[in-house]
Amino acid sequence: MTRAPHRDWRYVGLVALGGAAGSLGRYLLGGWAGALLTPLTVLFPSTADTVLWFPIGTLVVNVVGALALGYLLEALARRGRETVRRRKIRIGIGTGVIGGFTTYSTLALETQQLLADGLGWLALLYVVLSLAGGTAACLGGIAIAARAARRRKGR
Amino acid sequence: MIELLVVAVGGGVGAAARFMVDGEIRARHSGGFPWGTFVVNVVGSFLIGVFSTLFFTLTHYGVAAEDARMLRFALTTGLCGGFTTFSTATVESIRLAQSGRMRLALANALGTLGLTVAAAGLGIAVGGVFG
Repeated sequence: MTRAPHRDWRYVGLVALGGAAGSLGRYLLGGWAGALLTPLTVLFPSTADTVLWFPIGTLVVNVVGALALGYLLEALARRGRETVRRRKIRIGIGTGVIGGFTTYSTLALETQQLLADGLGWLALLYVVLSLAGGTAACLGGIAIAARAARRRKGR
Repeated sequence: MIELLVVAVGGGVGAAARFMVDGEIRARHSGGFPWGTFVVNVVGSFLIGVFSTLFFTLTHYGVAAEDARMLRFALTTGLCGGFTTFSTATVESIRLAQSGRMRLALANALGTLGLTVAAAGLGIAVGGVFG
């Protein structure tokens, strides 16, 4: 009998490699996306009482990752039976790269930090945009993969 | 430059741990609810809360600020960031909804959000005890 993937060191190693790449991507894209808010800091400057900030980096990363995972899993499922190669892609790219790219702990921590800074309305905006944006993006990714699969069959 | 190495190693270890923990939980709960990702995200959020306070704790006990900052970064952005996942949680909620289990889908989406935020707050409080 073959081992379950999560007890097979080759798959665990694959997830570790993918997770390293995904986390690196999260750090780099997250930092870059933070600059998106620069124009808004002119419109809504911080005052002596409140320092305005918003975790746009994590939001962008999580929404992009939700789209990517929706696309990948739907595309793989529509190709039929899971071969060894497809399983490596699903676990290495899906669980590893995209799973490591997105994060829930940072979302939770930043929500707490916004609340601690007295920015309750931004905390609410952050969680609503994350959940609604993530769900919409994921459905979008699924739809893109489904359409591509139908086109392939139609040819 | 060292940040890149630190976040990659932390994220790799975190993702591998998520894969193993999720697999073990999954093997024990074959029912409809994605307990593996749910538990991983709540536990990881508690841990990131604790680790976020580490900077104050370590510098309090005489660790250099630069080292304390790097360790906190490795454990929060690296380890907890790679351990927890938003994309899988989103996909699993959508799958529950697509299979007609709308209440479980909402319970997963809102339950994960509520409990992770609460767990992070608890982690900050627990970590603050040592600071």
